[in-house]
Amino acid sequence: MLAAIADRTWLWAAAGLYLAGFLHGTITLLRHGKPSGGVAYALIALGYALQLAGLAARGRTVGGCPLGNQFEIYQFTAWSAITLYLVVGATFRLSLLGYFTACLASTLTLISLVLPGWDQTPRTKIFGHNPWIELHAALAVFSYGVFALLALTSIMFLLRNYSLKSKQLGGGFSFLPSILDLDLIGVRLLGTGVVILAVALLVGSVYWLRDVSAVQSTKILVTVAVWLVAAAAFGLRLRGLLLARRFAWTCLLLFIAAMLSLFAVEQSRLRLATKPVAAAQGRPLQPAA
Amino acid sequence: MSTPGLFVIGATHHRAPLAVREKLALNGEGAAALQAQLASLAGLAEFALLNTCNRIEFYGVATRAEAIADIAAAFCARQDFDRAEFDRIRLDLRGREAVQHLLEVSAGLDSQMLGETEIFGQVKAAYANAQAGGTTGPVLNRVFQKSFQAAKHVRTQTAITEGQVSVANVAVDLALNIFGALAETRILLVGAGEIGEKTARAFQSRGAASLTVASRHFERAMELATALGASAMPFEQREARLAEFDIVVCATSAPDTVISLAATRAAMHRRPAQPLFFIDQALPRDVDPAVAHLQNVFLYNLDDLAKIADENRAAREAEIGKCRAIVAEKAEALWRQVAPQVGELVNTAAPHAANPEISHSRV
Repeated sequence: MLAAIADRTWLWAAAGLYLAGFLHGTITLLRHGKPSGGVAYALIALGYALQLAGLAARGRTVGGCPLGNQFEIYQFTAWSAITLYLVVGATFRLSLLGYFTACLASTLTLISLVLPGWDQTPRTKIFGHNPWIELHAALAVFSYGVFALLALTSIMFLLRNYSLKSKQLGGGFSFLPSILDLDLIGVRLLGTGVVILAVALLVGSVYWLRDVSAVQSTKILVTVAVWLVAAAAFGLRLRGLLLARRFAWTCLLLFIAAMLSLFAVEQSRLRLATKPVAAAQGRPLQPAA
Repeated sequence: MSTPGLFVIGATHHRAPLAVREKLALNGEGAAALQAQLASLAGLAEFALLNTCNRIEFYGVATRAEAIADIAAAFCARQDFDRAEFDRIRLDLRGREAVQHLLEVSAGLDSQMLGETEIFGQVKAAYANAQAGGTTGPVLNRVFQKSFQAAKHVRTQTAITEGQVSVANVAVDLALNIFGALAETRILLVGAGEIGEKTARAFQSRGAASLTVASRHFERAMELATALGASAMPFEQREARLAEFDIVVCATSAPDTVISLAATRAAMHRRPAQPLFFIDQALPRDVDPAVAHLQNVFLYNLDDLAKIADENRAAREAEIGKCRAIVAEKAEALWRQVAPQVGELVNTAAPHAANPEISHSRV
C-alpha cells in the first residue's frame, strides 16, 4: 500500500514537516524566547524519514540514485544536510541548529517541488549503468549537503560574533552556541566537505579520463573551482590566515557558489542526455593502468 | 496573638539588614544545639530550621500556641539578641501563607538575588537535617517535598532563573558564550583587589583550568594566589605573557591602561584562532578600548557588565507574576491536603484548640 504512494507525495509531506519544524521554532522563539528543542528535532526526524521514503521510491522508479535532475539534486542536498544535522546536532547539542536546518531544508525542498521544470529533465541513461558515476554524483551532492550545514553554522557564528561584539546577548542570541564551538564545528564540516568532494572528483576523473567528451568542460571547471575554494579556505584556516568572521563569510559564500554551480552541472547533464554518445550509455570502469 | 497549627517564624533580608543578620546567624554547632533544644520543646509536634546568610527560619507544627513564642525566646536567648527587636523584624506566617512562603523560598522568589538556585539546595539540606534529627512528621514531610516539586516546576516553566544578576556571574556567563566550557580556560587576574578576587572566584567555582594573579605589589599577588590556589606572576610580565591566557580580568587602580593595543595585537598574532576575553572592571579603565576592534577579541568593561546584570534582573522581575501565580495555586492545593493533618495533630494534643483552617492569617 505504501509503495503505491507517489515519490513526490512523500517529498511534499517531508517538506511540510520541515516547514512545520521551522514555523514551530519561530513561534516558540517569539512567544517563549527559547528554541523548541525536542519538538523541532522530532519534526525534522520525521520529515527526514518521509524524504528518505520519497527518494527511495524515486530511486526504484529510475533504477538508480535519484540525482538525475535539478529537482532530485536539491532534494538530495537537503537530505544530506539533514543527515548531518541529525548526527551533529545530537553530538554537539548546538542550540538553534535544528531551527536553521529546518529553515534551509524546507526552502530547498519546497523550491524544488514548486518549480515543475526542475523535475522534467529527460533522465534516461544519465548515469548509464555505471555505479562509479552514481557514486561520484552521490558523493558530490552529499558534500554540498555538508556545505549547506556549514553555511548554517557560519550564519550562527556571525550572529554570535555580532551579539558578543555589540553586547546584545538577550532574546534569541542567548540560545546560540559558544563562538568557539561554532568555529570548531565549522572547521570540521569544511574539512569533511573538502575530503568528500575530493573523493567524488577523484572517482569522476577516472571516468572522465577514459572518455573526455563525455563530460562538459564547464561542469569540470565549476566543480573543481568549488573544491579549490573549499580546500584553500580549509588550508588558510588551519594556518591561521582565515579566521573568525572572514572564515564564516567564506564558508557561507562557498555554499552559495556550490548551489549556483549546480546550474552549470545541470546544463552539462542536459547536453549529455540529448547526446547519444557511448560514454552516456555507461561502459563499466576499468581499473587504471 | 499566636494560635497553634502550621507556622513559620524567623528573620530574613527583607526586614533584617546585614548587621542584624550577622548577630542572628547560627554556625553549624549553634544550629545543632538549638535543634536539640527545640526537639524537647513542649507543644512542638514538628519543626525544621532553615539557616542561610540571608534568612533564619523556623518551620513547624505547634499543638500549643505558646510553643511558637518559646522558639523565639530560645533563639534570642542563644544569640543574646533583644527579644523586642526580634519581634519587630520577624517574619510570622501561619497555615496557607506559611506553605506559600516555603514554596516561594524554595523557588528563589524570596531571595535577595531573585531566582537564584542555591537556596533550593539549602532548603533541601534544612529538610534533610530535620529528618535526620527526627523532628519532621507527616505535615512537614509533605509540605517540604511538595515545595521541591513546586520549585522545579517554577524553574522549568518560567524564565526566573535565566541570566545572571551579579557582575562576577555575568562575566562567567559571557565567558561561556565565548568558550562553551571553562574546563580548559586559563585566567589571568590583573590586580589583587576585592572586585577582581570575586570574579576570579566565580570563574574558579565554574571549573576554570588555571588562574594566575599579577599585581603591582608582588607580595599581595602571592598572598591572593595562595588563598585562591593559583599562581602569581610579576606585574611587568602581564603583556609579554598575554598570549598564554584566554580570559583576562583587570581590576587595578592604575591611573593608565595596563593592557595596550599593541600587546594584545602581538598576543593574538601568536594565538589567532583562540578568542581572548577581557573583563575590565577598573575605573579608570585598564584595557585600551581599541582592542575591541580586533578579530577574536572581546572586551567588556564595568558599564557593559552592569548593563547586562540590570537587563537580566529586569527580565527576571517580569517573570515574578507568573511564578507567584504558579506558587499560589500550588500552595492552595497543598494547604487543602495538609490542613486536615494539621488539625488532627492540634486536636489530638488539645481537643479544644482552634481549627487551623481559620488560623492562617498573617500576624
